[in-house]
Amino acid sequence: MSQATIKPAAIRKTFTLRAAPERAFQVFTAGFGGWWPRTHYVGPSPLTGAVIEPREGGRWYGEHEDGVERLWGDVLTWDPPRRVVLAWRLNAEFAYDPDLLTEVDVRFTALDSGETRVDFEHRGLERFGDSEAAVRTLTMMDGGWDLILGNFKTATGE
Amino acid sequence: MTNALAFAALADPTRREVFERLAGGPLPVGELARGLPVSRPAVSQHLKVLKEAGLVTDRPDGTRRVYQIDPQGLGQIRAWLDRFWDEALEAFKAEVERDQDTETGDKP
Repeated sequence: MSQATIKPAAIRKTFTLRAAPERAFQVFTAGFGGWWPRTHYVGPSPLTGAVIEPREGGRWYGEHEDGVERLWGDVLTWDPPRRVVLAWRLNAEFAYDPDLLTEVDVRFTALDSGETRVDFEHRGLERFGDSEAAVRTLTMMDGGWDLILGNFKTATGE
Repeated sequence: MTNALAFAALADPTRREVFERLAGGPLPVGELARGLPVSRPAVSQHLKVLKEAGLVTDRPDGTRRVYQIDPQGLGQIRAWLDRFWDEALEAFKAEVERDQDTETGDKP
């Protein structure tokens, strides 16, 4: 893949939920549109909902005010209530690219306490570099660093 | 800290300075350290953290190592996604636990 010399580490997050895996899985998938931030969507029309179709090969998409469904990716692994793996096929400009594959892997593990441990991973980020869009995004995001870092400082209470 | 690795890497002002210098073009450690109020080993340490966060990369150039930011912006994309997922997963957690509280409620 051309000059890319960096392979960014996968994004990993682990946290515990005060709920059983069944509920966690249900909310993550069937209830996806209920918690997904409405501020994050693709295309010109505001988001009205977001859907993960409950099967392997199912579509992952946003529903919009203009009535159009805009694809984000699809379901690679469907294993309720333990695991769902989604293909995130939005490129560095947040445009759907069927040839791009990054994977969002979410595992739900029952704990003795009745709670659920969530192991989240978004991997394959180096493949964003295969897209021409990445170069344009770099330019675009350059100016965004102050904002992003500002958010971070707020979040960490610095 | 597993979350916001890239942001954590940039939270340190000196490290940010190092990163921003690299934004101007690839540099060896010696030149990077020049004019910074920290020792060269300290700069190397900052570079190590930046490298682990996927924000910079290095390559040998004769006897020295030259550092550069990722030419394709993958570090930035990763940092953005990392922050984004924090937000989204927080919302997810809130939703799961809210339902738990408002429905039949108590666990056995």
